[in-house]
Amino acid sequence: MTWRLWVPLFAFALFLGLAAYQLTQPKDDFIESRMIGEALPYFELPPAMEGTPGVSSGTFADGQPRLLNIWASWCLPCIAEAPHLESLKEQGADIVGVAIRDRPEDVARFLAQHGNPYSRIGRDDLSEVQLAIGSSGVPETFVIDGRGVIRYQHIGDIRASDVPKLLAELEAAR
Amino acid sequence: MIRAVLASTLLVLTVPLAAQQSMPPAPFAYRQLDDPSQEAAAQDLMETLRCLKCQSQSIADSDAPMAGDMRHQVRVRIAAGDSPDTVRAWLMQRYGDYVSYKPAVSATTWPLFAIPLLIVLVAGAILVRRLRRKA
Repeated sequence: MTWRLWVPLFAFALFLGLAAYQLTQPKDDFIESRMIGEALPYFELPPAMEGTPGVSSGTFADGQPRLLNIWASWCLPCIAEAPHLESLKEQGADIVGVAIRDRPEDVARFLAQHGNPYSRIGRDDLSEVQLAIGSSGVPETFVIDGRGVIRYQHIGDIRASDVPKLLAELEAAR
Repeated sequence: MIRAVLASTLLVLTVPLAAQQSMPPAPFAYRQLDDPSQEAAAQDLMETLRCLKCQSQSIADSDAPMAGDMRHQVRVRIAAGDSPDTVRAWLMQRYGDYVSYKPAVSATTWPLFAIPLLIVLVAGAILVRRLRRKA
């Protein structure tokens, strides 16, 4: 009958083991958008700088799949992904930018310095589009199909190794 | 003494360097709604919505620009007549359970509610057995 005395201790040890195991697991900081498979909500953004058109949800309804890149001139990882956006553009991707909480002169300076891969850039001063599509940070890149449906989300800066995947998702969205 | 006061005053006046702060905050990030009952509803809601940038704070507690933009959304939607539940649902539709600090029973969260109930039941059963044995 004395074995019963040990039951609470074993239960506690089990709990401790579980907690210790969970502590060693890497933390997942990415919050995935639940809007994958949903249509882009309606929006209209003015141009983020002179000479480049703004962005609206209607931009994405002409049958051509596009990349929607959420970025900002104040975002450091955006500098790192700039060359890879350029290479995506060279390989035929149409990239639409949404600049979060940004000034036209800062946007122009950033693009002059790091290259401009965008066909359009919208100015999102209130993070409205960002919140509407379930993006939780900069940079993030979404694949939007030709009917304006969100197909894929890439969280964080695009590395060289992510380029083929994004091109494949664009192709799949055709 | 004067120097210390001056230095601390200057420190307070220092403009944050982070450029994302250089844009003015969203209109309703820090401004309360004129209608006190709507503001109270918005405040209650904001305290149970999770900041996406600073993941252990509510958007009411956070000074991150994105939390300000989320407060703006909450206040604008409440002012437009949306119920707090509608606004919460709108955010959960985009960010999942993650964004809400008010847990709801679902396929993944039911053990949270079931386990305490189970423990109370087991403890009650043990207690009843012991009391009967004594009597």
